[in-house]
Amino acid sequence: MKLLVCISKAPDTTSKIAFTDNNTKFDENGVQYIVNPYDEWYALVRALELVEAKGGTVTTITVGTSADDATIRKALAIGANDAVRIDTEAKDAYYVAKQIAEYAKDKGYDIVLTGKETINYNGAQIGGMIAELLDMPYVSLAEKLDVDGDTAKLERDVLGGTEVVEVKLPFALSAAKGMAEQRIPNMRGIMAARKKPLQVVPPVDVEPLTEVISYEMPPAKSACKYIDPDNMDELVELLHNEAKVI
Amino acid sequence: MSVLVFVESKHGKVSKAGFQAVTYGSKIGEVTAVTFGDVDPSVLGEYGAKKVLLHKGLKEANDQQSTRLVVEAVKETGADIIVFSKDQAGKAIASRVSAALEAGLASGAIALPVTDNGFVVKTNVFSGKAFANVKIKTDKKIISLIPNSFPAEKVGGTAEIVEVSYDLGEAGVKVLELKTQGEGVPLPEAEIVVSGGRGLKGPENWWMIEDLAKTLGAATACSRPVADIGWRPHHEHVGQTGLAIRPNLYIAAGISGAIQHLAGVNGSKTIVVINTDPEAPFFKAADYGVVGDAFEVLPKLNEAVKKFKANQ
Repeated sequence: MKLLVCISKAPDTTSKIAFTDNNTKFDENGVQYIVNPYDEWYALVRALELVEAKGGTVTTITVGTSADDATIRKALAIGANDAVRIDTEAKDAYYVAKQIAEYAKDKGYDIVLTGKETINYNGAQIGGMIAELLDMPYVSLAEKLDVDGDTAKLERDVLGGTEVVEVKLPFALSAAKGMAEQRIPNMRGIMAARKKPLQVVPPVDVEPLTEVISYEMPPAKSACKYIDPDNMDELVELLHNEAKVI
Repeated sequence: MSVLVFVESKHGKVSKAGFQAVTYGSKIGEVTAVTFGDVDPSVLGEYGAKKVLLHKGLKEANDQQSTRLVVEAVKETGADIIVFSKDQAGKAIASRVSAALEAGLASGAIALPVTDNGFVVKTNVFSGKAFANVKIKTDKKIISLIPNSFPAEKVGGTAEIVEVSYDLGEAGVKVLELKTQGEGVPLPEAEIVVSGGRGLKGPENWWMIEDLAKTLGAATACSRPVADIGWRPHHEHVGQTGLAIRPNLYIAAGISGAIQHLAGVNGSKTIVVINTDPEAPFFKAADYGVVGDAFEVLPKLNEAVKKFKANQ
């Protein structure tokens, strides 16, 4: 089985969110980057489990500059066989998806795995766009994945429940919580990762479709109003008359 | 401007988020809704759709077939703007349609587009800790709207219903089974959510959360540690790596309010926090705080709500 896992970097979940350059750029000052958790914990780890059980290779692919190499090495340390980096700044979701689709289109990958979203942009766009560009079926928000021969069986989150679905290889998916458990790379993995191939590929010419022109912080919350634990009637009254939510 | 709104249907019913998307679209221009399955789509007229394209042949929101349905509907209507709800199906279909039409997608909108300098949509980023103003640079524009960020409004119109029979091709993904989450309110659609954390000490104490939720007609949720140790199912986990929700009322009991949890709930209109620790960070994000033991406060609150409901 030949699996391709799309890996993006994301700021650590405890990062302070702030912006610079007149609120047009994310302030990277003091920010620690990690592999986007949905890409790492779920997509990458499940891909590794599958090839460990059934044979095959796991390649990671990232659209980014050399600043992304540290997170790519982390993915290799967890166990991916090799990595590809398309050497350009990610401009928007379509730009990234098109780069990956152009690279992947004639390489015969059986499954293209993405995380369900990145924790910084929350776009949830890349997987669906890649699937469309490669003309593949797409299973979004997958929580379980098993492969038997040329058929995969998955469970995914849908409105009001969980759907059990079946799809023929090749296909694309986005991975959500439940698909696998986080793996901590060991020292042997970290040493091996240094020698694993990281192929740097030039980008193709793509016009981004969107552009972030500015960022804003949400308005500050007004102070919390405290209610005596023995006076829940007052809380109900406030929720009804003041907040108007019940 | 001509606006096309994709509305999901399930088990013969139009989704609530679909009504919100139709109302949103009607504030931008003249709305044609496109939906599928065995539904009575006339109800969409009440929320502002002038026309509904109904594809009865499609029974479920398969992303490949729904994408073709939307692409064909765009051709037929010449729509400039295409609106999706950013729910489970909408996420997949909006991104496919964006790639198919090479039309820019503003994912996770929380407000109407601003058009005095191009076409700019405010979206949620950093799990709700910030907003990004996204400019769509293509002629055709796609917006996916976060459920519950824009209320559905009944305007009482009627829509012309047109049955369509576009060729939607094969469905690559075959649905074998749907496991429903029971009778409760689905969490992403819920207007009121009651949520519990480690402070509840064990799954056997969840009846306090469930009782209050039942009284309020609310959905139940939990913090990440609670889902990780298996007290509650994963689909109830709200937070940065779980579900992001925007109910009108979020009641959190025994949750300290780590930054990752806040990221999933800070879009809620009103937040009530119940915690024994007055220093719990969650109180900083709360509208109403109760410093007290959830084991005492939750049953009392439940009784107070029951009394209130009885007098309504």
